[in-house]
Amino acid sequence: MKEFKGRVIAAGNWEGEAIVSHGGVNTLATFQNSALNNKDHAIVGDQNNKDIYGQNVTGKALCLPITIGSTTGGLVIQTVCQMGINPAAFLFSEHIDSLAASGIVLARVWEKSDVIAIDQLGEEFLNTVKSGDKVKISEDGTVTIL
Amino acid sequence: MIDYKMELNDEQIAILKGEKGEAMQQVLETIVLFGDIFGAKRLIPVTHKDTHLVTSFGLGVLKPLYACMEKLTAAGLKAQGYLTVDPRPLDYENVKCNPLEKFVFNKKMYTMQEPYEAYLRQLGLKDSNAFTCTCYLDEVGNVPKEGDILSWAESSAVVYANSVLGARCNRNSGMLDLFGAISGYVPEFGLVTDEGRKATWKVYVKTTKKPEAQVLGSAIGMKVMEEVPYVYGLDTFIGDELNNENKSYLKDFGAATASNGAVGLYHIDNLTPEAKKQGESLIVADAKEYIIDDAELERVYKSYPVMWKKADAKPNLCFIGCPHLTYEQLCQWTTDIVNGLKETGKKKVTVRTIMTASPDVVEKFKKTTKYQLLMRTGVKLSSICPLMYTNNPIARGMHNIMTSSNKLRTYSTSRYYKDADILSIITGKEVK
Repeated sequence: MKEFKGRVIAAGNWEGEAIVSHGGVNTLATFQNSALNNKDHAIVGDQNNKDIYGQNVTGKALCLPITIGSTTGGLVIQTVCQMGINPAAFLFSEHIDSLAASGIVLARVWEKSDVIAIDQLGEEFLNTVKSGDKVKISEDGTVTIL
Repeated sequence: MIDYKMELNDEQIAILKGEKGEAMQQVLETIVLFGDIFGAKRLIPVTHKDTHLVTSFGLGVLKPLYACMEKLTAAGLKAQGYLTVDPRPLDYENVKCNPLEKFVFNKKMYTMQEPYEAYLRQLGLKDSNAFTCTCYLDEVGNVPKEGDILSWAESSAVVYANSVLGARCNRNSGMLDLFGAISGYVPEFGLVTDEGRKATWKVYVKTTKKPEAQVLGSAIGMKVMEEVPYVYGLDTFIGDELNNENKSYLKDFGAATASNGAVGLYHIDNLTPEAKKQGESLIVADAKEYIIDDAELERVYKSYPVMWKKADAKPNLCFIGCPHLTYEQLCQWTTDIVNGLKETGKKKVTVRTIMTASPDVVEKFKKTTKYQLLMRTGVKLSSICPLMYTNNPIARGMHNIMTSSNKLRTYSTSRYYKDADILSIITGKEVK
């Protein structure tokens, strides 16, 4: 069991499975196919992200450094939250980027989404957590790898 | 009222209390909460009121977008300046579609195009020519001045405005661009501050010839991600004065840095406005270094995956112009294609080819003799967004798309080819 403390962007208590991207997650490329096809799960469509390409991220804790890519990113996060196919939590090792931050705020203000976001968990967090690990998130920003 | 950390004036507090209606309250809540995440001390006025929006497409799935638009327009809210918007997704006249494609586009994907454009008109759309990702070109006219504060979002336009024009804009998301246009405020942090515009990477271009703009941008984007690079050595290839030719190059270079990474600003030594004025004082003391030589460019180029159903298939569709071509690029491609066809003795391009440029650039080009020359080659000219056209569930099975755009490659199943290879293929030459 290992504990990490980050900054709370959108608070919540949650426990579930982690999925890990060591590179930046391209939001549009990741979610576009699932959103376009009105899927009930988000299967990652980003061909450049070998860590998570083809995997289901819905209802999981997506562990990542930052998001990258098209500036439709925030609207895409808002949309997948409205569709209910979003990751339950976004756990950023670095400072959250502007597109992800927009998406989390849009989802919270306009969709009343309960999506969780914690940032600045540190490089060690991303080096430690593995896809499939169980993680526990507390509303004070503590993330425990169980 | 929401909890917030930044300093707000009385007018802004009143809005957060709901004194200008619920829609305006939510607009400002979003901006303030967003700014608080980045430690913004305050909101600052948008000085270039004409806003460029990234969202131009009426994808039916974007239900939150339309709910928001409905709320904003019902409340009578409008942008403070005019709006230009990214390109439309479809152009059946110049980009022919088969019945299956039309069915998917009309009935499955872009089902909200007309209602969405009606919302845009209510919010302040400039005119029917306002749909392009290159709003900053003189022909289009949404051109900020150096130092202007913007509320834009299209990644390729933001990086161009920041880097080539010296304006100041964060990499906003869609929706935040519109909210800044309506409220007239953006949070003060990041690329709108002097500190945020400092370079944290020194990139040395040490290639033996002028690098392909799209590959160089891709390499730098993937390396520096969202940080600011200061690029040495590129001025030896593209000059030390901004002109139409190198601005076209920087447009394509920047779009690749922004889409293959998350770059919102770059400085080119001896060329871009801030680098010319401030030089190496723009670089932080502990900046990281990245050296790009021929081998590194080739490594990056070869790393692009081929997402066609059959990797060894031949291309059957070609898109040139993502971001939209400048007038000069359009003229150059026309000359090159006409000359290439003369060399091979062919009259028409051998691969169905679509070139894209803004409606205003296309109008200008149509008045020249080159337009007829281009039409005789069989190339089609359109103002659509190639990404919106190619990025759909059936494209992969139907088309082997080639492109010289690294942005289009990233977001679709298109395959990247260098400009020279594209020219060779579409004019019927052998390519190694």
